[in-house]
Amino acid sequence: MQLIECPWCGPREEVEFSYGGQAHVPYPESPAELDDEQWAHYVFFRDNTRGTLAERWNHGAGCRRWFNAMRDTVSYRFSAVYRTAEPMPASVPLTGAGSSSASATTSTTTSTTTTGR
Amino acid sequence: MADTPTPSVAPSAPTLRRSHPLASREEDLRALTGGSVGVRPHLAMAVVRAAVPGPAARAAEDVLGTALPTRPNTWAPAAPGGGGEPGAVVWLGPDEWLVLADEPRPEALEERLRAALVPVGGSAVDVSAQRMSLRLRGAHARDVLAAGCAVDTHPAVFGAGTSAQTLLGQAGVVLLSRSDAGDDYEVLVRSSFARYLADWLLDAFVEHRGAEAPRDPAPDPVRPTTGGATP
Amino acid sequence: MSATLDRPERAGDPQAPFRTADGGRVDRSRTLTFTFGGRSLTGHPGDTLASALLSHGVHQVATSVKLGRPRGIGAAWAEDPTSLVQVEEPFPEPMLLASTIELYDGLVADGLPGQGRLADLPDSARYDARHLHVDLLVVGAGPAGLSAALVAARAGARVALVDEQAEAGGALLGGTDTIDGRPGTAWVEAAVAELAALPDVMHLQRTTVFGVYDDGFALAVERRTDHLGGAAPQHLSRQRVWRVRARRTVVATGAHERPVVFTDNDRPGTMLAGSARTYLHRYGVLAGERAVVFTTNDSAYQVAVELADAGVDVTVVETRERAPVAWSAACGARGLPVRTGSVVTGTEGVERVTAALVAPRGGGAPEALPCDLLLVSGGWNPAVHLYSQARGRLRFDAVLGAFLPAEQLPDLDVVGSAAGTLDLEGCLFTGRETGRAAVAALGLPEVPRTPQADPTVDPPPPASDPDLLWVVPAVDGDASRQFVDVQRDATVADVQRAVGAGLRSPEHVKRYTTIGTAHDQGKTSGVVMSGILGELIGAGPQDVGTTTFRPPYTPVAFATLAGRDRGAMFDPERTTALHDWHLAHGAVWEDVGQWKRPRHYPAPGEDMEAAVLRECAAVRSGVGILDGSTLGKIDVQGPDAGVLLDRLYTNLMSSLKVGRVRYGVMCGVDGMVLDDGVVLRLAEDRWMVMTTTGGAAKVLDWMEEWLQTEWPDLRVHLASVTEQWAAFPVVGPRSRDVVGAVFPGVDVSAEAFEFMTWQDTQLEGVPVRLARISFSGELAWEVHVSSWHAEEVWHRLVAAGQEHGITPYGTETMHVLRAEKGYPIIGQDTDGTVTPQDLGMDWVVSKKKADFVGKRSFARADNQRPDRKHLVGLLPTDGETVLPEGSQVVDVPLGEDLPAPPVPMLGHVTSSYRSAFLGRPFALAMLQGGRERVGEVVQLPVGGRLVAAEVTGPVLVDPEGARRDG
Repeated sequence: MQLIECPWCGPREEVEFSYGGQAHVPYPESPAELDDEQWAHYVFFRDNTRGTLAERWNHGAGCRRWFNAMRDTVSYRFSAVYRTAEPMPASVPLTGAGSSSASATTSTTTSTTTTGR
Repeated sequence: MADTPTPSVAPSAPTLRRSHPLASREEDLRALTGGSVGVRPHLAMAVVRAAVPGPAARAAEDVLGTALPTRPNTWAPAAPGGGGEPGAVVWLGPDEWLVLADEPRPEALEERLRAALVPVGGSAVDVSAQRMSLRLRGAHARDVLAAGCAVDTHPAVFGAGTSAQTLLGQAGVVLLSRSDAGDDYEVLVRSSFARYLADWLLDAFVEHRGAEAPRDPAPDPVRPTTGGATP
Repeated sequence: MSATLDRPERAGDPQAPFRTADGGRVDRSRTLTFTFGGRSLTGHPGDTLASALLSHGVHQVATSVKLGRPRGIGAAWAEDPTSLVQVEEPFPEPMLLASTIELYDGLVADGLPGQGRLADLPDSARYDARHLHVDLLVVGAGPAGLSAALVAARAGARVALVDEQAEAGGALLGGTDTIDGRPGTAWVEAAVAELAALPDVMHLQRTTVFGVYDDGFALAVERRTDHLGGAAPQHLSRQRVWRVRARRTVVATGAHERPVVFTDNDRPGTMLAGSARTYLHRYGVLAGERAVVFTTNDSAYQVAVELADAGVDVTVVETRERAPVAWSAACGARGLPVRTGSVVTGTEGVERVTAALVAPRGGGAPEALPCDLLLVSGGWNPAVHLYSQARGRLRFDAVLGAFLPAEQLPDLDVVGSAAGTLDLEGCLFTGRETGRAAVAALGLPEVPRTPQADPTVDPPPPASDPDLLWVVPAVDGDASRQFVDVQRDATVADVQRAVGAGLRSPEHVKRYTTIGTAHDQGKTSGVVMSGILGELIGAGPQDVGTTTFRPPYTPVAFATLAGRDRGAMFDPERTTALHDWHLAHGAVWEDVGQWKRPRHYPAPGEDMEAAVLRECAAVRSGVGILDGSTLGKIDVQGPDAGVLLDRLYTNLMSSLKVGRVRYGVMCGVDGMVLDDGVVLRLAEDRWMVMTTTGGAAKVLDWMEEWLQTEWPDLRVHLASVTEQWAAFPVVGPRSRDVVGAVFPGVDVSAEAFEFMTWQDTQLEGVPVRLARISFSGELAWEVHVSSWHAEEVWHRLVAAGQEHGITPYGTETMHVLRAEKGYPIIGQDTDGTVTPQDLGMDWVVSKKKADFVGKRSFARADNQRPDRKHLVGLLPTDGETVLPEGSQVVDVPLGEDLPAPPVPMLGHVTSSYRSAFLGRPFALAMLQGGRERVGEVVQLPVGGRLVAAEVTGPVLVDPEGARRDG
């Protein structure tokens, strides 16, 4: 049972979360102007990354907030979580999120990645 | 708040009969040993949405008579005007709170909040019947929670004023800590899950049956927190 | 046991001749009676079943799984590969080890021929789980683990100390070590007492950490009342799974002694050397009277000497050319023969070893040394299982001849024998130091070093390097009686065959030979197999490696893992406010997601078909009432609520006037129907979205996803109010009378209360909302009221409906009524590949809106194909057959038989019922180009014959909509 760090609620067990696929895939500005292939690319195609992938997660059993996370698709380890309004971290600072250094006794503390939205 | 006009509606509760999902469980809950589960079936509740900081949050604070808790996983006592026992404001999200109030007409809570919040970009919804409040008390309250809740409830990190939206058994709950001794919790559960959760709690308390009764004749029935020598 | 051996006089229990006169940690003042293999025997509290059996000289416990060879007790704890028994009483339980069963009064057990037998009666015991959060989890309460736990606990850390045996102490329990000049067990008792006095220490004995997972998560099983047998209190869980979340973990799990493989190494009486020492010191039992100790290393000498002191006739067979200097004097003083440079090549005996065949290592004729106990030590395997589960890499240490942790993991330390530190002083020291380092890593105040207070022990005798020997070659070359995995009857010959078949990896050899797949998961056989494999393929142990250590470390019963999540609590049952009423009125339930919904209310003697026909007829001719409270309800508020709804629904919602209701459909970005329902506009800035019962959570999540991740600029707030509002459709031509009677303040005339509008009213001061919505085509009101008052409002509606014969109806009737009107159920008639156009619902797709979710996909070529499946009605031409849902429409012309497969298929039946109104069965189906086939007759295979059905439009009742206004 992994811990996932909600940027709001702190580390919680993974069963409280649901996966939302690759992050930073915006809804096209004008879908009507896209040809079938371009549209299909938005609807059906996602990266199949081996390694760190920016993903969307939802803390469904908690605060119901969507957030983004950097996760290694091989080891499953989370290297960063960030709120939807925040940019993708350029480098991957390994904070408490999901790593086993996450404190079991700090579930009520706010995330160190908080910068407001 | 002083500026709020007194509600024109009579403050007494309507005469139409109320019921709740745990009527069939109350006797069993009363018979519990090792702790207690109190049912508060008809507590007024509202979800408040407001950006903080901002005018809607300030409007909400005026109505509730308390600051909105902005730290995740916390709650604050509140007196939202209905009289009776003091209520609470629970952090649910960065712009979302759950207000609990002792209120004869539950919809009045939404009315007051909406009147104050909507003009300044906030909102409020009556969710009084959406959830039920169970009060879990006693020396074994923490043990019972630990049977099905993965959140750390050690008083050092989950003392009075903290809260968590999480799972208890297989039910989603809002869990409020009401004591620094780990012996008093309020569990808010969606009313459709209330029976499941009450049955789950009754079952979890079986472990503590006879906790106040004479010791079981069998030697060393439970390993103590710290084990001694072989029996 | 052999009756021919002279038995020395012992002052112990005459019934248990191998019990020593004194010593051991059993409570000799109490006697327990148990039955094994039909024999009534005795033991003492503190015994295991194995130690009690050994005290009576019973070695053979079982026969082997494939070969039926006698098998005995191979060790003193969970590494024992052989002593499998079936407990018969107090409750049947298979596949337990005699060496780990704590003895209790009334135990009845039998040896197991390899496979157990599940009980055929339900297990009445309770099993449960607990979450536990700690700073430090220490696994193993031997000298290393206790030391680490003490240091951390004294520093104020939250500590869990978990140990699988009945009492703390680990190896100290079965030895003669002293600490601070006193027995080691006295130090253990003091340490345990100190831990007990600290508030944040959880000390669990009889608890096995069986898995280490991500992020400091560990699972442990606590055997809470097993040792009480039939006296176990029923209200306490018998076993408990601890779900431990630890910031750091210390693995102090000790080491397992490793056997050496030789011919006929499976005979009862063959045992790991250190285990005989444990039986002697911990249980006061002599495992035999004449022992051969076969060793590659120093550790077995202590066993030999102590057994000799206890009166056992001992001979040491030493593989090395020289006996260790440190032990020569002790052996000499006792006249204890040591045959150096020798090996055991085989054994004699049937149900018990009677002789060890000993030969010079370099070859030569074996000599038979008579014995009733053959003790073997091939070195020690550190118990690195949990470290490996935490993804730690191993290295082979050539000096120790063992696999050891090769790296420092971020949050997990391995100490003591588990890390290859085999001496007591080293275990105490590394335990302390690791505890100290853990305290620092946890950010707790540093623990000062207090050397004067640290426990002191006698220095260990100087050690000589152990020998590394996996297998003694068979004298006759036949490796088929050289057992690697004794439990699996898997031999060196099997490993040879695996290599002959081209296998090189221990993982492959494991699966080919089954070595390491028994209850013990290869605790003694796994590394030996790697060693033998290496010799066969010419590779060193480091290159061969080990098989992967996977959870569980020891077997865990499914009942334990299931815990309380069984029976009614396996999956939560969601109930509405009317649940008790439905129960009292004989509802037959349908599970809809987690909800319990009445499916129908059978009258006495009615089956479902009769009940549903009656309910349907009542609704279409009079009035019925349904508990629709499970429908999802979402409160949508904010100035931009209309914008959000316009983007997510296919039709235009923002144009809806306050007071009105509109049906809508949501699609995914792929254009496929996601959910449907009605939307009430409550105010300029407020809407109530209603979803299907099963779609409630999905739709709210969907709306939040778009709002939070794509359009956070929209000023909209969403809240679930599913349980807030009970909802009762009151349906049928007489519904106006019923609703009008209960809510006299409302003008329910067709003119004053139009279809697809809502009005608020009050009942004794309680807000009630009425909406004219129909899911049946009939005149209908939906009554919405706070769930607090649901029961009372329902009662009043039912009471007011009495004179009109109001009939409560369930989901089955609801389904029939809606299907008669061609209303699809999302998720039943659709399957995620259906567009609104496929459903014939072009009218719900806005042509005005520039965009909405799913719109662009409607124009995709595949969604424009004329042969897409359309929703149609089917009327079986025989007027009798109820087509089973899921039946296939096949492309077979009328009059032709079903051809050989593959049969071309045109579609499938999605809903099918008997209609009271039509007086015949009917169905809905998804049919290729269905709208162009209306009027055609198609065929469906049903029960081995072809049934003909006429294709119709989906609306079969009142296509003009004349009934909805009553």
